[in-house]
Amino acid sequence: MAIDSLILGAGQEVGKSCVVVTINGKRIMFDCGMHMGYLDHRRYPDFSLISKSGDFDNALTCVIITHFHLDHVGALPYFTEVCGYRGPIYMTYPTKALAPLMLEDYRKVMVDRRGEEEQFSSDHIAECMKKVIAVDLKQTVQVDNDLQIRAYYAGHVLGAAMFHAKVGDTEMVYTGDYNMTPDRHLGAAQIDRLRLDLLITESTYATTIRDSKYGREREFLKVVHKCVSGGGKVLIPTFALGRAQELCILLDDYWERMNLKVPIYFSAGLTIQANMYYKMLISWTSQKIKETYSTHNAFDFKNVHDFERSLMDAPGPCVLFATPGMLSGGFSLEVFKHWAPSERNLVTLPGYCVAGTVGHKLMSGKPTKIDLDKDTQIDVRCQIHQLAFSPHTDAKGIMDLVKFLSPKHVILVHGEKPKMVSLKERIHSELGIMCYDPANNDTVSIPSTHYVKAGASDTFIQGCSNPNFKFYRNSAGDSDLNDKNFMQDVQVKDERVIEGVIVKEKSQKAKVVHQDELLVMLGENRHELQFAYCCPVQIIDLKEMKSTYLNSRNSMLCLSENFSWLQVLQWRLSDEIPEGNIQSYGEHLQIESFHVSLCLKDSCPYRVQDNHQNRMKSMFFCCIWSAPDEKLARKILSIMEKLNLSKI
Amino acid sequence: MKFTCLSKGGGFHFPPCHMLNFCGFRILFDCPVDLSALTIFSPVPTGFDSFPDEESCDFEFVTEKRQKVEKPLGANSLIRAEPWYKTVKSLHLWNISQIDVILISSPMGMLGLPFLTRMKGFSSKVYVTEASARLGQLMMDDLVSMHVEFRQFYGCEDSGFPQWLRHEELELLPPELREVVLGKDGTELGGWMPLYSAADVKDCMQKSHKLKYAEEVYYNGILAIKAFSSGLEIGSCNWIINAPKRDIVYISSSTFVSAHAMTFNYCALQGINTIIYSDFSSLRVMGDVEDENNYFPQTADKLSSLSNDCSSQELAESSLNMDEHLEEREKLGFICSCALECVKAGGSVLVPTNRLGTLLQLLEQISALLESSAMEVSIYIISSVADELLAFLNVIPEWLCKQRQERLFSGEQLFAHVELIRRKKLHVVPAVHSSKLLTNWQEPCIVFSPHWTMRFGPVVHLLRRWCGNPNSLLILEDGFDPKLALLPFEPIAMKVLQCVFPSGLKLQKVEPLIKTLLPKIVLFPEDLKPQISLSNAKSFSVFHYTEDDTLHVPCQKDSSVFEIATDLASQFHWKKLMQENFNISRLKGELSIDHGKYHLLVGKEQGSSSKHSSLLHWGSPDVQKLLAALSKMGINGSLEQGISDTESETVHVVHVQDYKGLIKVGTRSTVISAADESLASLIFEAVDSVLDGI
Ligand SMILES: [Zn+2]
Ligand SMILES: [Zn+2]
Ligand SMILES: [Zn+2]
Repeated sequence: MAIDSLILGAGQEVGKSCVVVTINGKRIMFDCGMHMGYLDHRRYPDFSLISKSGDFDNALTCVIITHFHLDHVGALPYFTEVCGYRGPIYMTYPTKALAPLMLEDYRKVMVDRRGEEEQFSSDHIAECMKKVIAVDLKQTVQVDNDLQIRAYYAGHVLGAAMFHAKVGDTEMVYTGDYNMTPDRHLGAAQIDRLRLDLLITESTYATTIRDSKYGREREFLKVVHKCVSGGGKVLIPTFALGRAQELCILLDDYWERMNLKVPIYFSAGLTIQANMYYKMLISWTSQKIKETYSTHNAFDFKNVHDFERSLMDAPGPCVLFATPGMLSGGFSLEVFKHWAPSERNLVTLPGYCVAGTVGHKLMSGKPTKIDLDKDTQIDVRCQIHQLAFSPHTDAKGIMDLVKFLSPKHVILVHGEKPKMVSLKERIHSELGIMCYDPANNDTVSIPSTHYVKAGASDTFIQGCSNPNFKFYRNSAGDSDLNDKNFMQDVQVKDERVIEGVIVKEKSQKAKVVHQDELLVMLGENRHELQFAYCCPVQIIDLKEMKSTYLNSRNSMLCLSENFSWLQVLQWRLSDEIPEGNIQSYGEHLQIESFHVSLCLKDSCPYRVQDNHQNRMKSMFFCCIWSAPDEKLARKILSIMEKLNLSKI
Repeated sequence: MKFTCLSKGGGFHFPPCHMLNFCGFRILFDCPVDLSALTIFSPVPTGFDSFPDEESCDFEFVTEKRQKVEKPLGANSLIRAEPWYKTVKSLHLWNISQIDVILISSPMGMLGLPFLTRMKGFSSKVYVTEASARLGQLMMDDLVSMHVEFRQFYGCEDSGFPQWLRHEELELLPPELREVVLGKDGTELGGWMPLYSAADVKDCMQKSHKLKYAEEVYYNGILAIKAFSSGLEIGSCNWIINAPKRDIVYISSSTFVSAHAMTFNYCALQGINTIIYSDFSSLRVMGDVEDENNYFPQTADKLSSLSNDCSSQELAESSLNMDEHLEEREKLGFICSCALECVKAGGSVLVPTNRLGTLLQLLEQISALLESSAMEVSIYIISSVADELLAFLNVIPEWLCKQRQERLFSGEQLFAHVELIRRKKLHVVPAVHSSKLLTNWQEPCIVFSPHWTMRFGPVVHLLRRWCGNPNSLLILEDGFDPKLALLPFEPIAMKVLQCVFPSGLKLQKVEPLIKTLLPKIVLFPEDLKPQISLSNAKSFSVFHYTEDDTLHVPCQKDSSVFEIATDLASQFHWKKLMQENFNISRLKGELSIDHGKYHLLVGKEQGSSSKHSSLLHWGSPDVQKLLAALSKMGINGSLEQGISDTESETVHVVHVQDYKGLIKVGTRSTVISAADESLASLIFEAVDSVLDGI
């Protein structure tokens, strides 16, 4: 059996995340995103590859959305309302609450500002969201009899989740976007140790290693403070959700500490409304914010006000959060047109801007003029600050996660090709894990595990009941010790080597039993199969021995006639095989199953007659042992045959 | 599997408590406290001095020496001492250190937990849903803070065993109270405990493992435990325990209809082998709305029955649920209209409830009704934890019913109280003497305040203030004797309304539910047998249990399941036995017990050995066949004639390669002797081939 992953989007690029994974007959679509950089058919995944006939309900078992970013959810209303998918859709509670805001915001931008024909309407969004089943973190969801899914905390944005899917014995994780370090309002990603066949992970920062984020935050606060104290205006183009809240917590806190009175504005009612969602969804934020919500909800911003259009050209400094991010159009671009020509003002840009947006143009080089369209040109004299903190994990975080989960295979998506190639090689060489970086519309096939089921008898289970517990830290990620929430209990795993017999009786299920039980099952008696050998050992003169033997032995041992030949043999053997555990039982010695006693019979059946008459004096020791100790027995025998025994 | 019902509990605030012995683990279900037993104590005896328009407080707490010679039960009969709390008595007969797992099904089932966690030797793993844990903690904190009033009055007598629990004193108690102390059979004295401290509660919370909705956790790697909503209260749940030999579902009091908590998820419980049914609520079927003055019509329970073959879909959407929903609304509507009448007449309304569902719904409906009737009446919630409680309720959409979740998705507050507080219609204060209350106190008003036993908490003060006012209204919960509860406040002129709210499944839904779940075994309370007979069911067997009796339930599956990795399975050397239809193979691997399963994997230092000789043999070798096998290997053997040996065992001796080796073949054993190692192993191979072995 195999797992087939069809990459419909985010293959060697960032945008329109969409992977369709087929596991043992179940087909799951992970994310249904759109590409912000395209306006033609390339903005959506090529759904026709899932089903030529467009019968998506039968072609897919379910759709899973990891978080509310448009590159992960943007095509969903189109897929359900235009393409007609009516099967189950899963996302976390915050994603279900916040995704429609993102979609609506985007739809408005497209229709109102660009005058484009709309791809989906407000009703489409509402209808689409009605079909969504909201899930909690770690909730075990039985999609049908065979498919089980579970969400794990991913950091990144509020409600972002990695999804674990399990069909039969085959298990995989699709990460979506994640962050392995906590930020101002979210915790770090956290996941259980799982037995995975496949991990599909984002790789936005496949080669970047980031230093402390506090330094980068300080830098941001410094440039903002400098700008407003010089009477300038700060424009922070951002999407309504996610970064806006993080930066707002940062600024609100800084304003309090520095006792600043410069107003902070939000562009539309949208973000204010978004804050209300954040307040209700506080349990999805970081531990610190959760702990304080009943006295002060961190999303009750003290210094934040609604922005009126008339304030755009009002004198005096201010800070403005305006949508959309990346200055791709809409209100943020309109404000930019007004503020960009003054060198006192400041524009902050996110760490990543999609090609084709004004944000992207500003980031590449230092343009002094930007052509908006044929007729509009903007003079850019303002300062530009690029935010250096990102809600994505860096390369170290990706490697940590892969190492922690130790899947059999890794597929990289959501990144840039050259960087992905180098990460792919690292995963392969450092961790010894097969890794792939497929392009869009490629399919990767990997084998899947499954287990053979067999019953086990009680005796057998009890026989293996000496636990050998191993403890693992339960979460992967930066050990940010302040963030206790994600330092959960260690996971206990119990591993031990066991031996038994598996029995298959015709037309019955195989059963594992202890070997002693087997005979009872079969109604048979054990037949003992042993080896025996009557071994000759030379005896030499005692005086000779004194010098050679006593020197080597502990002088406390005084040999005398009172000691039997068997004891003498025991001492000599323990010299020769110090690792052997020699037990003395008076009449015989025992090493494992090897049993040796003095043989005084004249003719012993186990004595081989031919080669013993050449020596003067020999003693015979009868030895008997069972098959598993054959190697040990032959070693002891060869030692015995070379021995010279003597006593005083 | 062994199951012992330690207590069948009593109503919403006192859930049942059981012990289960299963898979070698001891599991305790819930750890409640019988708070209704508090009613044998005199209420907190503080005056009412903090209110602005103080009337003379006529309550006297003079401790006159009581002579109790069969006097009728009166306010003076109540015990005047710092109360102790009545826990489940049989629980203390178990060795606390031997309980492996404690599963808490509701906030109410948690209230007795600190009594256990503070004990020496406590080492159990406690599992509780995150919502139950938070609500339970708030309830416990509230208990501790209300109890302080008793401490302040009676002083801290750390003398250990209190006077009132002494035998002589108990003898003097009126029989009604004595029965509460000792139980019907006189054995419950050992269950009484002094209350835990705030530090005990904190410690208890630290020892509890909080679970998300339907999160799967593994105890010792082998018990897989999951919680699904029961509908009774926010965070309350039913449990599924999967083990290699048996799956169990524990059904606590559950409801299909809830206006606040996520409703009973019974679909998730389908197809589980064994059901432990622990909802005793239908034992307590009473009239719906009772009133001391008896001028309200009683709503009779509609006893329609469901058809037996109802599908799961029908169960949830059955007309019965609609009825139940409707009934609930009628009931609430009725209470609200009574409250409105009362405030119109200038009286105040007092609601001593600790049921969140009731509180939240009444709050929303009364405020709406007041608004629509253009009445300006203040509503107060007075409780030490009210602030935190209300804040918490607005941040747990994951544990709320569908209608409330919809509010999140449409961007509204989950409950109306957020808006009511903002508009200053609702005042939330920690205590009756807090300055915030004193500055905006206005009568008539509507007050929600603990505790429902009316022995401590702000309600005691307000009840003393209003009990003589015939225009005032007291709205009580069910689950306790109102006569005993109100005794210290006699004579009572205010109106009293006691309401029954659903505390579990309706009687007529129990049987259809169990049939829908398709179990093989059902553990069912003996007490419910007269009302619900499951004995005619063919698809499952029923075991009835009673309090304090241990039920032994036979095992169903005879073996546990091992999951063997395919790469290991491919290494098996299957061997067909001479006898019958057996195929066998030796198996060696690394056993990994996790996620509730036994996995067998290829061990680390384990190569696939090509040659594989048997280590265990059975049967008796045929000497002729052995000789044939030897000669096939090019070894000559000669049978020594006529040697018969000891102990009635026939022994043949075969000499090999001209006396270089010897085989002594018996019926039970064979000995191979040869000085040469390779010859010995060849002979072994030959013997092995004529025997069955592994
Ligand atoms: Zn994202
Ligand atoms: Zn993304
Ligand atoms: Zn011998």
